Amino acid sequence: MSEKEKKQSTNISRRSFLKGVGTGTVAATVVPAILVGDAEKAEAQTDDTISTAQIQLAINEQKYTIEVEARTTLLSVLRDGIDTNGNSVDLTGAKLICDRGECGGCTVLVDGKPIYACMMLAMDAQGKQITTVEGIADGNTLHPVQEAFIKHDALMCGFCTPGFVVSSVALLNENKKPTLEEIKNGLSGNTCRCGTYPFIFDAVETAAQKMK
Amino acid sequence: MASWGEASQSRLIGKRITRLSGKDKVTGKAKYTYDINRPGLLYARILRSEVAHAVVLELDLSRAEELPGVHAVLPLTEAGRKLRYQGQEIAAVAAETDDIAKDALRLIYVDLEEQPFVVTEADAMAEGAPQIRDDWQGNRSNPGINEQGDVDAGFSEAAVTVEATYHTPVQTHVCLETHGHVAEWRGEDFLTVWASTQAVFGVRNDLSRRFELPANQVRVITEHMGGGFGSKFGPGVEGHTAAQLAKITKRPVKLMLTRKAEHLVAGNRPSMTQHVKAGATKDGRLIAYDMKGYGTGGISSGAGFQAPYVYHVENQRTERFNVATNAGNQRAMRAPGHPQGAFAMDSLMDELAEKLGMNPLEFRRINDSNEVRQAQYTLGAQEIGWHRRNNVPGSGTGIKKRGMGVGSGQWGGGGGRGTQARVTINPDGTVEAVTGTQDIGTGIRTAIAIIVAEEFGLEPTEIAVQIGDSGPGLPSGGSGGSQTTASVAPVIKTAAAAAKQKLFETVAPLLQTTVDDLRIGKGTIYVASDRTQTITWKQTTGLLGMESITESGNWDQELRQGGVAGTQFAEVEVDTQTGHVKVLKIVAVQDCGLAINRLTTESQINGGVIMGLGQTLLEERIMDPLTGRMLNANLEDYKVPGTYEIPEIKSIVFDTHRKVTGVGEPPCIPTLGAIANAVYNAIGVRIRELPITPDKVLTALAQKKA
Repeated sequence: MSEKEKKQSTNISRRSFLKGVGTGTVAATVVPAILVGDAEKAEAQTDDTISTAQIQLAINEQKYTIEVEARTTLLSVLRDGIDTNGNSVDLTGAKLICDRGECGGCTVLVDGKPIYACMMLAMDAQGKQITTVEGIADGNTLHPVQEAFIKHDALMCGFCTPGFVVSSVALLNENKKPTLEEIKNGLSGNTCRCGTYPFIFDAVETAAQKMK
Repeated sequence: MASWGEASQSRLIGKRITRLSGKDKVTGKAKYTYDINRPGLLYARILRSEVAHAVVLELDLSRAEELPGVHAVLPLTEAGRKLRYQGQEIAAVAAETDDIAKDALRLIYVDLEEQPFVVTEADAMAEGAPQIRDDWQGNRSNPGINEQGDVDAGFSEAAVTVEATYHTPVQTHVCLETHGHVAEWRGEDFLTVWASTQAVFGVRNDLSRRFELPANQVRVITEHMGGGFGSKFGPGVEGHTAAQLAKITKRPVKLMLTRKAEHLVAGNRPSMTQHVKAGATKDGRLIAYDMKGYGTGGISSGAGFQAPYVYHVENQRTERFNVATNAGNQRAMRAPGHPQGAFAMDSLMDELAEKLGMNPLEFRRINDSNEVRQAQYTLGAQEIGWHRRNNVPGSGTGIKKRGMGVGSGQWGGGGGRGTQARVTINPDGTVEAVTGTQDIGTGIRTAIAIIVAEEFGLEPTEIAVQIGDSGPGLPSGGSGGSQTTASVAPVIKTAAAAAKQKLFETVAPLLQTTVDDLRIGKGTIYVASDRTQTITWKQTTGLLGMESITESGNWDQELRQGGVAGTQFAEVEVDTQTGHVKVLKIVAVQDCGLAINRLTTESQINGGVIMGLGQTLLEERIMDPLTGRMLNANLEDYKVPGTYEIPEIKSIVFDTHRKVTGVGEPPCIPTLGAIANAVYNAIGVRIRELPITPDKVLTALAQKKA
């Protein structure tokens, strides 16, 4: 098959794909590329014309100068970014879990507000104060939320914990004395699979009392 | 005979102790496989089939290979081979960045000839359905048939009978840390792999076979892992691929599954459909049980379930088989076969009780020979306020109707041989405990510290526990079957006891006393016959001079016991206008044996209840029969419990003896029946198909009216 033919074969419309997928032995050429995006576009995106920009980010009160593409997310910079001096940012507390702004595993504070770092482009984070879970404690002194999470065993495998800690801090910054319903509401953007929720609610209540 | 001693003498064991890993987890310092950054790390991704059944005609990787930043492209299938489910692996890429790896996948050319497929049990069993597996006749496995007593005679004795069909759909594990590995080679003959696994040594042994390396030239590390629930016992295709890519590129390679792939290929709990007919005598004895059922584990078998469950039936006949479908294979999931079996059985019990005009709790008491559960029925009924239950189901007034239900479960969890451990006392007073187990989230690291600290009179934080690493060469089994604590604790306990004995032997002459006369106090060692002779732990270990004490342990069967019973009671509120079911309260009475750490045991019970709640009300893998694809392979449309779904949970650690038993799986079992029965008690219509979603509630209510 020539290159030209291959390119043509990727141009199957969504409709013709569906037609080819029913039961019965239908010989259909299916190129997964069309299912995850457009191959032509992918090619355009990865040729030499791809543009990067050098940006400055303020993360946990530290300045980083980083080269990013337009598509680079804030989460990607936090976890995998390398600054212009060759140092890894390596702030791996925030996790990519659902990859679509659904689970809160990547929650960080941007100018004090909780946001999903997987849904924010790194470029859009310029000029803002970013606080990750690594920046919540005051040096070696844990934040009351962190203390309370440990005390109440508000974590099991712990993978969702950074997101819950950051969301809880954000909640208590806004609402000093949340009711149980307000806690549930404030943390509704975070998902835990081990089922630590009851102890998380207890922890937030305890932290609220301590922060009074 | 070894024992854990009396509760009154325990300073730490059985108390509520916070996790050793707590600080690392709340500060983001805990490093999971996903967090491992190595110098020169490459990022890998896998291209997967988007169709359910096809033959590969052509696979061309050349354009992906040419993309700048791509270091290797590895075919995972070849022309002529079949792809048999959505998500099956086609090829993998390793690149400088994750984004470049993503781009490279789009440049892989694959030509497929589609084959007819089936993704639902009904389609698979329909006449003329395409053959899914080459090794089966049709799409059903040979049935497993079991007969006890005389079923026909049983039914002739029955005063009432119930005939019903119960169904639970496929549930996926949804580990928040997807399956993944970071692989790094040192030369050609030493492989280090960080693995998100619940079986460090299982992964090591698998990789050693796969790459034909001596076992001691593969090191697997799992310091922390983000959930497994039964799906993470081996490296799988993705683990082999990560190691292979690292070998080819001579660079460390990280390969984590995407969320979508996690749903498609990383295991699931099989579905269950059972047609059951059962009878009871007038005085409430379950007398006959006849069940035909099946489930699908996708392309693999293993779709078994428990039926009948928990309650005793003298005369029974059961027949069950697997149905093959073009979907990713099942894997063990938290108490395999139990929750779905419990849902059907507990629903059936209530249906029979109602026909008998008997309180469902009373009916259970008559048919349950387990003494522990009998006691749990009493305690649970008290805690939930069982007397407040509707005597006539659905008799509540108003739009929101309340109801109560009960469910039961059982499990083993007695542990097994195969763990080796080392406890070391250093002259400076520091203590190390090392074994090759892993913390799947249940807190075994802390349990080990508690046991050693209790033995030495220290604090758990003073014990350096090293687990999740095959490097020290101290094997332990996988974390499955709720076996970890009961497998590890006895070995740690005997190792610590042996080290203490050695310490006493060394210092007794120096203190001019005998070993038998030495005792451990809090941070001290003293002479029993002369309490004035008390020295600190550090002074004592200082007497060791240059030599540390290191002792290993053995799996003393007297320290553990298998077999646990559990009962749960649920109170729900059903909105008859929206069909929404809100669980108000769950009382979970869980038999645990000796809970080493009461705090983390309660966490496990909470977690089991919440996972059971998800299975009852929310979770379902939805397959599209037209395209053969999973429609909800994400965390938005595949619903797991979130904060709004969480009821008040009263987790009762029901200690029945002073021997260690695992409790990771059992608390997720009784929840299903308890909630389903509570929904019935609230609205007076039975929903026999999970999850109990608003559409089903509204349909049932409409049918009741009609």
